[in-house]
Amino acid sequence: MTSEQESPEAFGARARVWAAKNLPPAGGPEGLYVDDEEELRVVAEARELQKLIFDAGFAGIRYPVEYGGLGLTREHQLAWREATATCRLPSTFNVTHGILGPTLLEFGTHEQKQRHLPAILDGRELWVQFLSEPSGGSDLAGLLTRAERDGDTFVVNGSKIWSTGAHFSDYAMVLVRTNPDVPKHRGLSMLYLPIRSAGVTVTPIKLVTGGSHFCQEFFDDAMVPAANLIGTENDGWRIASGLLFHERNMVGGNSLNDHVSPGGGEGEADTIGELVALARAVGRDKDPNARQLIGEAIVLETLANPTISRVNAQLRAGRMPPPAASLVRLMSGLSQYRIKEIALEVGGTRAMMADAGDPVGIHAQRWLGARIGTIAGGSSEMQRNGISERVLGLPREATPDKDVPFSQVLANRRQAQER
Amino acid sequence: MDIELSDEQRFLQETVRKFLEHEAPLSAVRQRAAAGEPPLAPGYWSRAAELGVAAMLVPEEYGGAGSDEPVLDLVIVAEEMGRQIAPGPLLPGSVVADTLAQTGTQQQKEEYLPQLAEGSLLATWAVGEAPDSWDPAEANTSAGRDGDDWVLSGEKSSVEAADVAGVFLVTARTDGGMAQFLVPRDSPGLTVRMLPQYDLGRLFGDVTLRDVRVSASAAVGEPGAIEKSLARQYQLALTLQAAETVGLLERIFDVTLDYVRSRYTFGRPLASYQALKHRIADHKLWMEASLGLSTALARAFAAGDDNCAQLASVTKAHIGDQSLTIISDCGQLFGGIGMTWEHDLHLYLRRATANKFLYGSPAQHRERLCRLIGL
Repeated sequence: MTSEQESPEAFGARARVWAAKNLPPAGGPEGLYVDDEEELRVVAEARELQKLIFDAGFAGIRYPVEYGGLGLTREHQLAWREATATCRLPSTFNVTHGILGPTLLEFGTHEQKQRHLPAILDGRELWVQFLSEPSGGSDLAGLLTRAERDGDTFVVNGSKIWSTGAHFSDYAMVLVRTNPDVPKHRGLSMLYLPIRSAGVTVTPIKLVTGGSHFCQEFFDDAMVPAANLIGTENDGWRIASGLLFHERNMVGGNSLNDHVSPGGGEGEADTIGELVALARAVGRDKDPNARQLIGEAIVLETLANPTISRVNAQLRAGRMPPPAASLVRLMSGLSQYRIKEIALEVGGTRAMMADAGDPVGIHAQRWLGARIGTIAGGSSEMQRNGISERVLGLPREATPDKDVPFSQVLANRRQAQER
Repeated sequence: MDIELSDEQRFLQETVRKFLEHEAPLSAVRQRAAAGEPPLAPGYWSRAAELGVAAMLVPEEYGGAGSDEPVLDLVIVAEEMGRQIAPGPLLPGSVVADTLAQTGTQQQKEEYLPQLAEGSLLATWAVGEAPDSWDPAEANTSAGRDGDDWVLSGEKSSVEAADVAGVFLVTARTDGGMAQFLVPRDSPGLTVRMLPQYDLGRLFGDVTLRDVRVSASAAVGEPGAIEKSLARQYQLALTLQAAETVGLLERIFDVTLDYVRSRYTFGRPLASYQALKHRIADHKLWMEASLGLSTALARAFAAGDDNCAQLASVTKAHIGDQSLTIISDCGQLFGGIGMTWEHDLHLYLRRATANKFLYGSPAQHRERLCRLIGL
């Protein structure tokens, strides 16, 4: 910190004046429930907004100056969030700025960072991570996509799934197996590639809510230059662990992404206001059962921030290890699920018999997608493993594949299945 | 409490913990209850008061502790008392002391506060009425004017420490709105009927007021204009109750964790079964949420934040339900031993159960939340 650095208060005041003039007001379509056409429009708008913020000198608040950021502090970032709380923000960039950017910053070479971080901050490059596979998501290190080295090139074959917005993104980090003859964690590498490359096919997956926000990718002899290796060959698990740490950090509102609210994710919406409107619209505002449920929703909405603050304080003080971010992840997954269940109870048949875009009907649609928070980004069961084993130090689950060469694990599995 | 306590607060925490371990260990709480003795041993509360526990919210000129952060200090004491299921009317005594300090007359402050601070006089708060009406603003005990006096009639239920209190702060309804009065125990027409002991370490009694006459100087605050005082009392009570409950919850959770780590079945510790680990992870989560809420509420109360009423009801609704869910499941993890009189679990379960309903059940507070947001 230099003596010339602007104070967070002055920074926030300047941001407030600029944002009031230049950013549109908050509101508009909601992540999971917009249709595909609308989604592409939101993405295009986000790129423009991000460029606008970058040109005005407010982008990448905590990113280093040499890579296009401002090199400021978390306090400046919080001042920005407060100053822009009522503005429409390019939240499409949340994952890029909060997860992939920080991972590249932590593990990438100077050249890689120089080449991509400025483009990430000025709205040109959207990044996404390719981790889960059709054969499994929770057991990430057991992935099957392989990359064979051929001189200065990796040849990638396999498939990835559940990548958010891959069809409109530009680059992806992809975790691949580069050595099958060592135990699973030790034979992985992290590569990155332009998504629109030869040998890469991206297929959007249509969800129950009607939209296609996640994709599956197929790799058929896709060529990735060795210069796109992040870290060293077969050191991919360390980088993936770093990436997952940044992901959990973002859920806690503590990442390098400037735009997320401290509550993260869906907390930005006026959930309670919507529930109250729903109860009135269907005539249940005086129904004691509905009121109990709405009271419960208020409790769940209100406890998020005190819980996040407490977990963050313990992380900062070193009283909890980094996996404690699983507490926040589990909380938001369970709470958001329950709130959608509550809205369904309050709405009843009226919610199911209304149009999906209707303020009553939207709740039956959300119910269909209610499981997202307990599955995406690590299922609630994985979070519970993390909390019990890594936060409380209870005995770990048995992992029979841990010290066995991965090729042997696959052979054993085939044998067991044939039996 | 907070991760970031000051050195003084750490010292206070340590001092209170040692005092309670020595003066009121769980074994003593259990023995006194079994022997049918009252929860407060002779001299116990005045020795506790020497540590300042009864003086936190009393201004320094009336014998108060003179702390920079009186509310947070008091919350630390409440947590420690919860941890050890300690006897002593900290909550109602603090509400009465705070009410006098905030709205009492000079004469009332001089007469009562120094005695309350040093523990020579116990005061309690006669607020609840059957059936479980706890919001002070909803009291139905009546107070009517008769010349210069007030005449009180009604039934106050589940008044903590009614057996030992020398003075009652009685919330009542007048023709011109709510009022509250200091009523000495020996006032003609005031009778106390003590109730069976459920929460070991605390006794409650029903207080009947039949044409109890008090002078105008017994009114605390101006009759008909005490809404703010009543709101503050309720928030303070819920703040201290939350602190006490998270204190006991954290303690019994730790004890249970030690047990599942050391208890072996089929050659492996109980703590290694995923069916149990996942439940324990959920308990850890909702306990952290409880601790986060309790701290947020204490800070909001200390700062006089506008959202304090809502936060108080959120905190009560969450902790009231979750504390019982967690402690009851700790009982499942302990198995048969947790059902015995000699095991500590029931002491924690009893207090958490009482706290769930005292000052409003979670269901009542969920309803209150709807009213607070205008539904």
